Amino acid sequence: MLEIKYIADLVIAADNAGKKISEIVWQWECEQSGVLAESIWEKMQARLETIKISAYTGKQQQGKTFNGLVGGDAYRMAQTDQLLGGTVTRAVTYALSVSEVNADMGKIVACPTAGSCGIVPGALLATAELLKSDNDVIIKGLFTAAGIGTVIAKNASVAGAIGGCQAECGSAAAMAAGAVVEMMGGTPRQVSQAVALTLKNLLGLVCDPVAGLVEVPCVKRNGFAAAHALVGAQMALAEIESVIPADEVIEAMNQIGLALPSSLKETSEAGLAKTSTALSITARILK
Amino acid sequence: MGVFDIIGPVMVGPSSSHTAGAARLGKMARVILGESPTEATITLYGSFARTYLGHGTDRALVGGLLGFAPDDLRIKDSLKIATEEGLTFSFVISEQAADHPNTAEFSLQGASGNRIGVTGRSIGGGQIVITKIDSFKVEITGDYNALITIHEDKPGIIAEVSRVLSQENINIAQMKVARQFRGAEAMMVLETDHSISKQTLDTVKNIYGIRSAIVILPL
Ligand code: SF4
Repeated sequence: MLEIKYIADLVIAADNAGKKISEIVWQWECEQSGVLAESIWEKMQARLETIKISAYTGKQQQGKTFNGLVGGDAYRMAQTDQLLGGTVTRAVTYALSVSEVNADMGKIVACPTAGSCGIVPGALLATAELLKSDNDVIIKGLFTAAGIGTVIAKNASVAGAIGGCQAECGSAAAMAAGAVVEMMGGTPRQVSQAVALTLKNLLGLVCDPVAGLVEVPCVKRNGFAAAHALVGAQMALAEIESVIPADEVIEAMNQIGLALPSSLKETSEAGLAKTSTALSITARILK
Repeated sequence: MGVFDIIGPVMVGPSSSHTAGAARLGKMARVILGESPTEATITLYGSFARTYLGHGTDRALVGGLLGFAPDDLRIKDSLKIATEEGLTFSFVISEQAADHPNTAEFSLQGASGNRIGVTGRSIGGGQIVITKIDSFKVEITGDYNALITIHEDKPGIIAEVSRVLSQENINIAQMKVARQFRGAEAMMVLETDHSISKQTLDTVKNIYGIRSAIVILPL
């Protein structure tokens, strides 16, 4: 039976079998769950449908979410691509959209968490549009992302309350970057490089949400992190290599998460949550 | 942990612990009550008490009580739907410290007059644990099939229940017995790998000394 504990395990298993990381992860899920391969594929396909709906609604929806803090930014972002170009603009737009849907109590797929649910969808859907690829390519991307996320969850954490936002949005960006590399035809080694490069650059990111809500800075951060993932993917595709390998970066994230004070891990006791604007918002929303 | 724990759960936002987990807590409380609730008082502790409005925790808890799953879009309007469906509810915000930051305590009355108290916590990622039913300390995650019995605290009953289950080839994953005091009533929670049929449940109910028994399906 396949053992996946490290990113290196994924790369070695894929290289040895002459397969893609997505295929290794799919096979691993079959083995460990005992569920038929086709059923697993269909379940992922259903998740993609939910992801797509949440990614496309924000472009039309301009209103504020029910707490009134965020909303309408996916729409604004979609109005312009004068600087970043189509693919990055779309990635940011979709990521904002999914996060806005989440903040407004709409249906989303946690990816790996609800707070970071826009990053993987944003990067993957924008890449698929660039490639004019069908659903199968995106579903494979989701398996690759899931494999990377599983490794991070095993060796560090994907919860803001435990590791800070690096664990949520950092992990999501790393998952997205690896998946995009594979979608673009990159090698398993390049996938692992994308994970290392992308995660490395979000290390130390704290979780300090205003009023304890998954809105500020979360929604816009999802947009940023989707673009970040694409930068990491392109670096890896360009054969840029991280000096520190992916598994060591993940371990570093784990150590940083442990060292972060709890005031910066989802308790809203420091950082942005304690700014004077945040405090007046908190007073207004929480009675 | 599998790929669908990372690409998932599918849920109504904004928070897996404060919304999805809250919906599961409400749903579990409804299942334990065994019927549609008509009256509910929900006491919130810790972070639930502080941030419930902004996370829609109130709507998720009530939605769960109405039987909505965490990905049911009706959660957003559940407070209104509850009134339409004859569920009166109220929230109590506790200043008291709880054992766990995301704790909710339900006091429920059902359509046929059943009354029950259920306490549970949302432990992250949408996962929950029910920690108390009436005055009994329990541990139910909703990830397994479970059998809950209330029985006389005397020898032989637990052995008899497990004999019935093993006869049906039902494997017990976890078992916990709690009692108020020696010789009084006891509550047993058995989490099983396989589902428990109505027939098996009836056999359990007929065991001498069993006062009541219910089956809980995985959430
Ligand atoms: S700031 Fe905190 S709540 Fe917001 S996305 Fe990051 S980890 Fe989640």
